[in-house]
Amino acid sequence: MPVRALGWLAVLGLVAGIVAAFGYAPREVMQGNVQRIMYLHVPAVLTAYLAFALVFIGSVGYLLTRRAGWDRLALAAAEPGVIFTGITIASGSIWGKPTWGTWWTWDARLTSTAVLFLVYVGYLLLRGMIDEPDRRARAAAVVGILGTANIPIVHFSVKWWRALHQPATILGPEPSPIAAPIALTLFVNWLAFTLLFLYLLAKRTEIARLEERHAE
Amino acid sequence: MSGYVRRAWSVVWKDLLSERRSKESVNTLVFFSLLLLFVFQFSLGPDRARVETALPGLLWLGFLLAGLLAFGRTFLVERENDCWEGLILAPGDKSAIYLGKLVGNVLLMAVVEAVLVLLFALFFSLDFTSVLPGLVLVLALGTLGLAAVGTLFGAITAQLRARELLLPAAVPVLLASVSATQTVLLGEPLAQAAPWLKLLGAADLVYLVVGVLTFEFVLEA
Repeated sequence: MPVRALGWLAVLGLVAGIVAAFGYAPREVMQGNVQRIMYLHVPAVLTAYLAFALVFIGSVGYLLTRRAGWDRLALAAAEPGVIFTGITIASGSIWGKPTWGTWWTWDARLTSTAVLFLVYVGYLLLRGMIDEPDRRARAAAVVGILGTANIPIVHFSVKWWRALHQPATILGPEPSPIAAPIALTLFVNWLAFTLLFLYLLAKRTEIARLEERHAE
Repeated sequence: MSGYVRRAWSVVWKDLLSERRSKESVNTLVFFSLLLLFVFQFSLGPDRARVETALPGLLWLGFLLAGLLAFGRTFLVERENDCWEGLILAPGDKSAIYLGKLVGNVLLMAVVEAVLVLLFALFFSLDFTSVLPGLVLVLALGTLGLAAVGTLFGAITAQLRARELLLPAAVPVLLASVSATQTVLLGEPLAQAAPWLKLLGAADLVYLVVGVLTFEFVLEA
């Protein structure tokens, strides 16, 4: 059973990630142990981006082919995507309190992540409101495409508005200045989160398929 | 192409005509903006400095709320008397209908915005004449962006109960519009607001393209 194997791989990865985050990664000089939240914060947001990319792919695929499978992919990716964005915001908030002295600030990337979160919560609410599968899939696909097209616009609008968050270290233009053990720990956690996401995706797609069969 | 423009125009014409006869939307929206003005006055009082600081946000709050009302109604009228069937049966590219509805919404919003700005100038004794060209440009770009999203979502939500669900998508347009309006109202040169105007232009373009490409899927049903 490959899906179950994926699940166990994710468990293995998460355990390894936790061990690495607390046992292997060094204590950060400036922030101390608080910095270890990064091993949750960064993989969560990267996974969320992956999820929303899949929502986009599923949406475009559905409008082009009208095959229900694409719609199931979009739905199955959107739900964990919202959860992972929520984890990003919550963990960032907990990280922000001791380092910035506040739970929330209207900084560029906090704001854009919050907008992203709301857009996809809206996407899921919209899905919940339409009963007819075909109409739901079409409306959701349009919103899914617009949501993704919106990401760069949101990004630049809030970036020009203000910036307090540290610039992106991993996806930034320059080679990453992160020390090797930290980078490795981050990589393990990112891998574990991606596995977990793929497991959830596979499960959710399966459930959606069963739901559709039941409805027929 | 000329057929495309003609089809879009006939949607605009149809909506304008029915609006001229019923005056439903214009009356609702203008009355609503007047009400907003009272609330703003109650909360801000006679302090001019406070009015001027809050002005860009207040203006866009008014436009946004009026827009929500207007965009939600765009396709509601088509639900009656099987008009929706007529739209689906219309020949040619369905995006012409989207563009027609969009133009109608922009025109409607332009009326509301003109009235609201005029009322602000009158009741808060503000002088907009020196900044008018810049203000018109910002309002036009911002309204186009809001209406492009709002018209598409209006078609999606015409059959739903909740219509304000999809608002977060409009946040960047609002942010850029409010910021640009602020710059313009402070009397600074338009070049100061250039990044915001460019962003608004880019956002308008993206929303328009998405709207034109996906509208036919929304219209089915």
